[in-house]
Order: sequence, then structure tokens, then C-alpha cells
Amino acid sequence: MDFSKIDPWILIFSLVTVAATIFMGFWTAKKSKTASDFFVAGRSVSVGWNASAISGEYLSAASFMGVAGMVMSSGYDALWYPVCYACGYLFLLLFIAGPLRRFGAYTIPDFAEGRFDSALFRKIAVVFVLFIGFFYTMPQMKGAGTTLAYIFPGLQYWVGVVVVGVVITFNVALGGMKGITLVQAFQYWIKMFAISVPIFVIMSVYGGYGSQLKQNAAPATTTTAVVASQETSPPAAVLRKPLNEKAPVDQTWISPFGPLTTKAAKASNLPPEQTRRYSLIYTYSLIIALVCGTAGLPHILVRFYTNPDGVAAKRTTMWVMILIGVFYVFPPMFGVIGRNLMPELYGVTGVKGTDGIVLKLPVLLREKYGTLGSVLSGITCAGAFAAFMSTFSGLLVSMTGALAHDVYGRILRPKSTPDQRLRAFKISAVVIGVVAILLGTLVENFEINFMVGQAFAIAAASYFPLLFMSVWWRGMTMKGAATGMLTGGLLALGGISLTSFTTFVALMESNFKGKGLAVPGWVLTLKDYSMQGFWVEHPLLRILCEQPAIWAVPSAILLMIVVSKMTSREIPKNVRMKMLVLHAPEKLGLKQEYIQEQASGH
Amino acid sequence: MTNSQDKKRVDIHSEEFLALLMRRQLKLSAGCAVTFLLALLGLPLMNYYFPELMARRIAGFTLSWFILGILFFPFVWIISYFFIKRSIALEEAEARDVQEK
Repeated sequence: MDFSKIDPWILIFSLVTVAATIFMGFWTAKKSKTASDFFVAGRSVSVGWNASAISGEYLSAASFMGVAGMVMSSGYDALWYPVCYACGYLFLLLFIAGPLRRFGAYTIPDFAEGRFDSALFRKIAVVFVLFIGFFYTMPQMKGAGTTLAYIFPGLQYWVGVVVVGVVITFNVALGGMKGITLVQAFQYWIKMFAISVPIFVIMSVYGGYGSQLKQNAAPATTTTAVVASQETSPPAAVLRKPLNEKAPVDQTWISPFGPLTTKAAKASNLPPEQTRRYSLIYTYSLIIALVCGTAGLPHILVRFYTNPDGVAAKRTTMWVMILIGVFYVFPPMFGVIGRNLMPELYGVTGVKGTDGIVLKLPVLLREKYGTLGSVLSGITCAGAFAAFMSTFSGLLVSMTGALAHDVYGRILRPKSTPDQRLRAFKISAVVIGVVAILLGTLVENFEINFMVGQAFAIAAASYFPLLFMSVWWRGMTMKGAATGMLTGGLLALGGISLTSFTTFVALMESNFKGKGLAVPGWVLTLKDYSMQGFWVEHPLLRILCEQPAIWAVPSAILLMIVVSKMTSREIPKNVRMKMLVLHAPEKLGLKQEYIQEQASGH
Repeated sequence: MTNSQDKKRVDIHSEEFLALLMRRQLKLSAGCAVTFLLALLGLPLMNYYFPELMARRIAGFTLSWFILGILFFPFVWIISYFFIKRSIALEEAEARDVQEK
């Protein structure tokens, strides 16, 4: 690694952000006793702080780096991701947030147990916290590896993953970084500042959003500089560098049904009409996964409780929608401008590829403004750190909580002392951290955003049907819910794992070839098992396995209904009371009654 | 909550009250959901059946990009705002109904 190549501004901003985050995590942890503080100096947190905190927690490395990278690499289709991330939150608001808040379940395992009076179901629900969690930590690790490899040119990807992973795991094990409201709120504003300010500066120099997009005119062009626009207005003076042959051509990039959704169909050389149709299926499956999957993210729901009453909670949600919506307009701009001004990133897999566009784009300003370019790049790095550090630690905390509290505390050693539990927490944190790091080192060549989409797909097929059906249908039984959740979730997980394995092997092979090395024997053996030929013959299956939501979500719901009807004798006896608690206004005090009934063994 | 004596009062533990609550809430939520789903699920169909229309340019953007990259967000805000106002009003009406009747 060449130390002389490290840019001091970038390094400084990143270090300051990391240090501030860790410091604030420990400082506020001393002041609060609970896992998520609801009070600041004795008062409850205001709507403004809370909305910022929720938004901050919501925006992971996918939102910050991944969306931009994917828009640059795949064009129009990638826009579905930020829109569906926002719509998913709306879906949550419409159907799940209110009832769950009234019910008082802070996590999905809590809800599973309370709604069905079943400790067993709680344990089953916990399993998915870990599955979904790991799929969600992998993209954060890719973000970490990418960012560190950028700040320290020449640093290997896996080193960045290990360093960040170890730092955060230690932090969580030692009791810091508990997702404290103040820290998360601060993180939102860092990210918002980091994603918007550089863009405004860049646009003032190189041209606005619309003019940048104008450059992508059909027919495909690989010429530099001025491209006359189609209308009568004077030609746009936006600079554009030539694309290499690895980049998607203009027409495909800017249109729907582009590279992202037509991979499988193109690999099978299907005719264009059929390719488009399959692409439509892919698109719908993706939309369903992202919109329904939000509802199932384990660490998002708890944020609805940090307001004192339901009305404040709803107002907070309105602000969250605005804060995240405003944020999401910006990452695609990085992708669009990146395509015009940094096309050399195309075709480079892994750490130096398009996933890093948010970090790298501001550096262009060095030509005109010197240090400002480095400063702005340092700012986006700070934003990236804020994004993946906070998400990874939040995930680690909820996964560790599930493992230590539920698996150890309730299943293995129900009679353990607080000291033993604390030790279990620390050991669990380390175990999960290590697994997450190991998995993280494997995903150098996967796109950040894509991996998050997969986590969402599993949540969509397991947790979403559980929550939605349990809230709105009183006929659910524990067996029905469990069957549906397990089947949907595991089948989705299976499909995704198969296609991801194939992609993993293929990328590894091309990595070796790209470096001019001979492909090792073990890679070739893996290739035999990786079903590449099978997918080429069955492109529709590949699409359905890669994006399973379109069949997994309805299947889970259907199974829940069918099995619940078959076991209808097992509907909880006090289901009417439960449903009342879920739906009646908090003012009527039904929740308190319910708690008293439960306590008295009613 | 000894409402059961007075026949005119709403019994908040009753089946009817629960059914009423759920029906009203589901109507509001489903109504909002259908609105945004029409747009969300309709856009791919528009892209599929009317590609030239969706590729027309507005201020440099294609129409499709403009909708998905920018317009969708205010659209979601409007639906959220509407839903929140209505559901708060609905809750207050429900609570009032119980206490007044």
C-alpha cells in the first residue's frame, strides 16, 4: 500500500466521523440504561429529533452508496430501489405501524409471541432475524471495504472489511452504539449534507440533472463533448467522456427493462419481445420484494415507539417520509453524472467499480477548485461511514439481542443470572460479528444495492405476511402463521442462495481471467455445481429464484390462510381482545386492561 | 368501563365495535394503498405498452425517469399526509363515539 497516495482531507473527514460516532455511542450509552433511549434529560424526544433518527437509521450503505452505484451501472431500472424503499415505509404506515404500536410489540419475535401466546413461535421468528440480518450486513461490509479501499489506495478489500467489522463488533460487545436517538439523528444530517452539497457544487460546474440526462440520447453515442439535443434549443454544453465497451449503451441504460432486469433473458439469448416480458416479471417481483420487505425489517419497527403517543408517532412518520424522500432524489444524480464524467469505472468489478461513485465523483472538482474536491470527497466518505457503521451496528445489536436474549436466555439457559446473560451477549456479539465479517469478505463483486434487495425479498416472504395477516385477520393460528412464514422465507432464501452462488462462481472465474491468471481447479469444480447451464436453459426460473417475491409472498399468505383454517380450533381464546388492542384507539385503555388480564392469568 | 348496563352505549368489548373499527381502518388504509399501488404497478405497464410516450423528453429527462426519479416522492408524501390526517381524525371520532353514546 502506497502511503503517499492517501489524500489527507479524505482521511481526516473519515477519521473524524468514525471517532465522533464511536465517542457519541459510548458517551450516550453511559447516560441511558435501555437499548433504545426514549428520553433525553427526562423528557421524551421531540418529533424533529425522532424523525431525524428514524431517517438516519433507515438510510444504510445501500441508500447512500448502493443506489448511486446501481443507477450508474444499470440505469433506469435501478430507480425502483429508492422509490420502493420510500413506498415500503408508506406501506408500513398504512397497515402495520399503528396496530403494532398499540399492541406494544417492540420486535417481531415479541409480536409473534404476544399475538399467538406461543413461546415456541417466538423462537421460530427469531431464526429469521438472523437470516435476514446476515443478508443485510453483507452489503454494509461491501460498503466498508469499498470505502476503505478508496481512502487507502492499494488496500485490499478484505482488510477494510475486517478492520471496520472488528471495530464495530468490539464497540457493540463493550456496550456502545446502541442506536441512540441523538446519534442516529446526527447521522441523518451528515448523510443528507454529504449526499446533497457535493452534488450541488458538481452541478454548478458540470450542468444540472436534466442536462446530464440529456446526454444519453438515442442512438448510442461514444463521442466526447457536445451532443446536440433533440429539440430546437441550443446544444447542451455538458462534458461527456467516451464510454468503454463494458458500459451499457445509452438506449438500454436510460430505458426501462434494461441491464438489471434482463440479465437472465439475455444470457439465454431470448428474442427481444420475450426478454421484455420476462423483464416485466422481474420488475414486478422486485417491487413486491422491496415494498413488502420494508415492513419486515427487524430494526425499523422499534422506532415507532420512541414517541409518547400515537398521534406524535404518526406525525413523526410524515416527517420521516419527507426526510427520506428528499434524500433519495440525490443518489441517482451521482449515478447519472458518474456515467458522463467517470465512465472508466464501468466494467471494473469489486472495490473499484461503480459502487464507489459517490466517494469518487467529487474528486473531479480538484481540476477547477483544488482542495475543495478533496474536501467534498471526504464529506461523502464521512457520509458513507455514517451509513454503514450505523446500520451494521444496529443490525449487530438486534441480532445479538435475538441470539443472546432469545436463544440463550430463553431456550438454552432460562435460569441464567444477569452476569451470565451479559457474558452471553458479549460472546454472541463476537460470534455474529465474526460471521458477518467472513460473509462480508465474500461479496466484493456483488452490488451493494442488489444484496439489500435480497434481504428485503426474504423479509417480504416471511415477516411481512406474518405481520399483515396477524394484524388484519383474526382467524390466524400459530401453526398457520409459522407454516407460512417458514415456507415463504426458506423458499425465498433457497432461491436467492442458488442464484447468488452461481453469480459468485461466475464472477470469481471472470476475476481470475480479468487479471490474466489461470483459473484454479477448485473454481472450475465449483462451476460444475453452480447450475450455470441450467439457468441458461431456464431463464424464467432464474428470474423467479433471483427475485422470489412475486411467488413467495402470495404463497406464504395462502399457506397461512389454508393452515389456519385447518387448525382453526387453535385460534387464541382471547383473540377478540387482542384484535381490539390492535385496532382500538389508545385512549380507550384496552391495552392496559389486556395487560392486567394477562398478568392475572386470565 | 361498565357500559354494558346502558343499552345505548357502545360496548367496546363487543364484536360489533371491533368489526366497525377494523372495517373503517381497513377501508382507509386499503383506499390509500390502492391509490399508490395503481401508480406503482401501473408505471411498469406504461413502460411496457407505451415505450415511445415514456421516452419523451421533459427538461432533459425522459418522462419515465422524471416520474420514477422525482415525481413519485411528492406523490408518496401527499398520500402519507392524507392518511395521517384521516386516521388521526378517525381515531378521535371512534374514541368520541364511545364516550358520548
